[in-house]
Amino acid sequence: MKTLAPIVAVIAVLAAVPFVVQSNATLNFLVVSLMVALAGQGWNILGGYGGQYSFGHAAFFGTGAYVTCILQVRYGVNAWVGFGAGIAAGAALGGVIGALAFRSGLRGSYFALVTLAFAEVLRIIASVAPITGAGVGTLIKLDLGAQTFQFQSRAVFYWVILGLVGVSLVIARLIERSRFGVWLIAVRENEDAAEALGVNARSVKSVAMIISGAVTAAAGCFYAQYFLFVDSGIAYGTWISIEALLTPIIGGVGTVFGPLLGALVVKSLGEGAKLVTGDVPGLDLILYGAVLVLVIWVAPGGLIGGLAQLRKRLMRGATRAAASTQGAGHG
Amino acid sequence: MAEPLLAVDRITHRFGGLVAVNCASLSAMEGRITALIGPNGAGKTTLFSIISGFLKASEGTVRYAGKDITGEPAHRLARRGIARTFQIVQPFAGLSVRENILVGAHLRHRARNTALAAAEQIGRGVGLSDLLDRPADTLTVAGRKRLELARALAIEPKLLLLDEVLAGLNPSEIRDIVPVIRGLCSRGTTIVMIEHVMQAVMSLAEHVFVLAEGSVIAQGTPAQVAADPVVIEAYLGHGAAAKLGTSHGR
Repeated sequence: MKTLAPIVAVIAVLAAVPFVVQSNATLNFLVVSLMVALAGQGWNILGGYGGQYSFGHAAFFGTGAYVTCILQVRYGVNAWVGFGAGIAAGAALGGVIGALAFRSGLRGSYFALVTLAFAEVLRIIASVAPITGAGVGTLIKLDLGAQTFQFQSRAVFYWVILGLVGVSLVIARLIERSRFGVWLIAVRENEDAAEALGVNARSVKSVAMIISGAVTAAAGCFYAQYFLFVDSGIAYGTWISIEALLTPIIGGVGTVFGPLLGALVVKSLGEGAKLVTGDVPGLDLILYGAVLVLVIWVAPGGLIGGLAQLRKRLMRGATRAAASTQGAGHG
Repeated sequence: MAEPLLAVDRITHRFGGLVAVNCASLSAMEGRITALIGPNGAGKTTLFSIISGFLKASEGTVRYAGKDITGEPAHRLARRGIARTFQIVQPFAGLSVRENILVGAHLRHRARNTALAAAEQIGRGVGLSDLLDRPADTLTVAGRKRLELARALAIEPKLLLLDEVLAGLNPSEIRDIVPVIRGLCSRGTTIVMIEHVMQAVMSLAEHVFVLAEGSVIAQGTPAQVAADPVVIEAYLGHGAAAKLGTSHGR
């Protein structure tokens, strides 16, 4: 239980926000940030802990979003069931892509390219297939109610996405503390050495990909319920692939809180830039790129890694200072 | 005579047109230390990689504990109890020494607490007590070799394949680690070691196989192979044994 205490504390603090902040615009900003944090946590489980850098997590986000939408709109399935099915579909897709990519032994940039290709192929299919509404997209009919997973109040949506983020934090923490997590990190550090110690690298990576796909798909499912509209450019667009990898890398790759911190920072910067310059298209992307370069340059471990380094340096400085004063005293 | 724990039978391995291992056979008796020596490029590491499942042999079979294990993947062989170290050490650079050993310890201990306890005990056993919380990439060469050994031991192997764990160590470091290896053997672990440090081979191994240009050219006790003219020629070149013999004669 001790290991989960920081997560409980962070979620409790964030849960109080709607009591303080009433502005719809602010809540909307936080909801979207948390949604990106959730997608980023999915990426982090595979990329951060497992070292398998995906450029195509839109494949999972979009699949979650579309499955939720299509089941409700075309088959009259309950929204909550649709939500669960969307997550399951993300997990299944993770299993399929993982099996194909890892069976062929794709590593590094080849793996990244394959995931990118999957996302693009899915985007193209979604933009022409009748079942997804092709170019028009799919609209979920407005029908407020707890049963339809549609809420008038932004605060309720905020608590829903915060709950999902909380679950994703717990998942990441449990992975960290488990044998599976130790093996996943070992595969990231050195696949051959891990194999020599009895780690079945392919199956470990595949399981990570399934969990990763499910978590990122949950963000997509939430998107569909929150905005009630999905088209191929949103669901399978590169924007979400980029944000899903940007948030953990900036926040702290392979750490529990990295994606959450990264999402809040990245999204705040994006909004801040918009406030200053107005709605110049693409400016947020330029800013993201600049921040990414800066973080990789200054603190390759992301903000959390950078803070840890800074603390270590300060502590070392403090002990050295103490030692030198002691030495001076002796002299 | 009892069946050996490891029996490598007429293994051949080709890298494209290059025959790295040519119809090599060797065996390791349970509870003993067997050494594999030979000049650089003889195919020793290739043979280890085949035994431990990192390479698939072109021809031949590997039997372990009475079973044919030819072609089984490395992780499954590790579960069966075959551990190897790497000649070029392969630490999990971003992790601490303790975490490195933990990866191996988890193979036999699912729960984190027992695995951590096992990792710590093994770390102390190879003399890494003071370095357990250091990042693996800050270790010296000697430290890395010990870590390589500790990680392999963490999977509680029956058969331990040591690929030049003494290379790059100074004489005093070698003196420190030789008893560790002997201790493992006395506790029942079967060891096959590739080694260039002949002083260690002579003092540790009971049986020695000599590999040259992919083939086993000699085997026997350390004293026998050291005196074997074929072995001397393999190391020093054609005619060397005769020259050494005549110089001895005078």
